Amino acid sequence: MRPAGKGATESLYFDYPRFDPPQGAARAALDAPARAVIVGAGPVGMTAALALAREGVASVLLDDKSTFNDGSRAICVSRSSFQILDRLGVVGPFLDKALGWTTGRSFYRGRQILEFEMPDSADEKFRPMYNLEQQYIEAFLWQAVAGCDLIDARWQSEVTGVADREGGVAVTVRDPQGCYTIPADWVLACDGARSAVRGMRGLRLKGENFEGRYVIADVQMEHDYPTIRRALFDPDCRRGGTVLIHRQPDNIWRIDYQLAEGEDAEEATREDVVRDSVAAVLKDIGHEGPWELEWWSVYSANTLALDDYRDGRVFFVGDSAHVVPIFGVRGLNNGLADAMNIGWKLGWVLTGRAGPALLDSYTPERRGATLDVFANASKSARFMTPPSHGWRVMRDAALSLALDHEFAGQLANPRQMTPYVYARSPVVRADDPGFAGGPSAGDVLPDARVGDGHLSDRLGPGFTLLCFDAGLSRALAGEAGMQAMVLEPGSAAARRLAAGPGSAYLLRPDLYIAARWHDARAEDVIAAYRAAICKSGD
Amino acid sequence: MTQAEIETVYDALAAAIDGAGAGKSELFLAKLALLLSRRLGDATAVLDCIAEARRHLED
Ligand SMILES: Cc1cc2nc3c(=O)[nH]c(=O)nc-3n(C[C@H](O)[C@H](O)[C@H](O)COP(=O)(O)OP(=O)(O)OC[C@H]3O[C@@H](n4cnc5c(N)ncnc54)[C@H](O)[C@@H]3O)c2cc1C
Repeated sequence: MRPAGKGATESLYFDYPRFDPPQGAARAALDAPARAVIVGAGPVGMTAALALAREGVASVLLDDKSTFNDGSRAICVSRSSFQILDRLGVVGPFLDKALGWTTGRSFYRGRQILEFEMPDSADEKFRPMYNLEQQYIEAFLWQAVAGCDLIDARWQSEVTGVADREGGVAVTVRDPQGCYTIPADWVLACDGARSAVRGMRGLRLKGENFEGRYVIADVQMEHDYPTIRRALFDPDCRRGGTVLIHRQPDNIWRIDYQLAEGEDAEEATREDVVRDSVAAVLKDIGHEGPWELEWWSVYSANTLALDDYRDGRVFFVGDSAHVVPIFGVRGLNNGLADAMNIGWKLGWVLTGRAGPALLDSYTPERRGATLDVFANASKSARFMTPPSHGWRVMRDAALSLALDHEFAGQLANPRQMTPYVYARSPVVRADDPGFAGGPSAGDVLPDARVGDGHLSDRLGPGFTLLCFDAGLSRALAGEAGMQAMVLEPGSAAARRLAAGPGSAYLLRPDLYIAARWHDARAEDVIAAYRAAICKSGD
Repeated sequence: MTQAEIETVYDALAAAIDGAGAGKSELFLAKLALLLSRRLGDATAVLDCIAEARRHLED
């Protein structure tokens, strides 16, 4: 929502483009067959299109709106998302604009009880977290999508039907000039939390509904505070409640506060009430200068997911497959990881480099990640919004103790964003117990300093075998789609990977570790590679 | 702990619960439980004590 008299996209800092539906000659081929149709050009749909294009696969990308999402919505973009954007070759504008951060501070009744640092070092190419308004996230992705010949993007194009047909799906589209049907081989439903495709397929999200509700409001102001996440527990401005404050680019500040149990959401999102609430928060943090209200919304903390992210030839990606609470900042980050996961897999299957069974690993890997988010987020949610008397008493006890005791303050640490380990994936090999440390099979590759750059800059476009022995790398030279990279034994990378001179790590295109060996043999590596792309039978 | 020491603790707890004032005794006891648990440094023992203390609450 925006202040009275302002249009839905009348922003203080962002110029919304307006996109036309397909016009003129372009309309002749609208119903041409497509290998992949992507429904929804939100951040997840655009990322999925870019991930497919990276593998050489063309797609049709459809969105019913004429511009980007109306507000800043998701603002915290994690390191793992930056790694994905980097793999897709689009991270540049994100790095230029976003504000990186590592520190969080929690306050109880105005006194600081905790300062936490998220893991970071010179080995990492990216900071643990970046703040960036969702419009920019979408605009930067769009820049890449618009410049990509393999993506046929169509705005003001609403999907109204997805019916199975022989060997594919018939996708019906309605735009201002008419209706048409695309015969598609595969569909990626990236159409958000209220997914129309989900409804058309007769599927429902399942899980718990948390009652916690938050107002999120963005204000523009000159305010002198570093990019540090601030959490105010039981502050003067909202007795019994919790307030979060984040800095964003363009002098925009996100203020996020919890509604009390009986509080009416409609009343709480009335402009004058939002203004009063924001003013009270700003007074608490000592901001005395002017400020302008940009945008606000109400958000509730749900934990809902589909049982299976695949329905025949339709895959659900991002919010259409899961709705997660905001505390873990996983809504968007999880969606980008979904998009990368299905993007490279479908790309490899459609180009014949992987067997079709690879697609069956999408749900266990990504739904597993969602359930992991639920477990962590429920923990944070219980701290931020205690669901019952018992949780509230213990939370208050911890906060009160935290004024003098560090261990109690740690209970307020949100522990955001460590990527989920695909340990039980059908395409990840059981971990080698021969290692005394390092990331395990199913983990995402930790970055490391190599020369004057980073390990992640030197990986091949497909699978990469990281090894320390040139002989092993030569033995694998004939494997299509896999590139070997020989690292110095004893180097920074070797230490991070706990690797000996005979060790090897097999990395997937999405930077997850498919297998690792403390003492690798070429034939084991080849067998594991073929298992990871479901080509063992060939 | 001797019987006399237990009695000293007993008296101090009674006084502190009264001193916590209206509606705050529960918060005080929860804080105390967290502090004692940390001193004890043994989660199993604490969970045992929690189970013990839950018995006969309705009597
Ligand atoms: C009010 C609000 C506040 C939020 N705040 C936060 C936050 O603070 N932190 C956080 O991490 N996350 C937040 N989120 C969640 C975050 O915005 C989402 O996780 C993220 O946008 C998911 O991206 P997506 O691409 O899956 O879905 P969306 O961004 O919802 O994109 C779906 C797209 O599909 C299009 N579409 C829908 N139906 C059709 C159809 N039938 N045909 C064609 N196109 C269609 C839509 O127009 C839209 O462009 C918030 C969400 C909302 C709604």
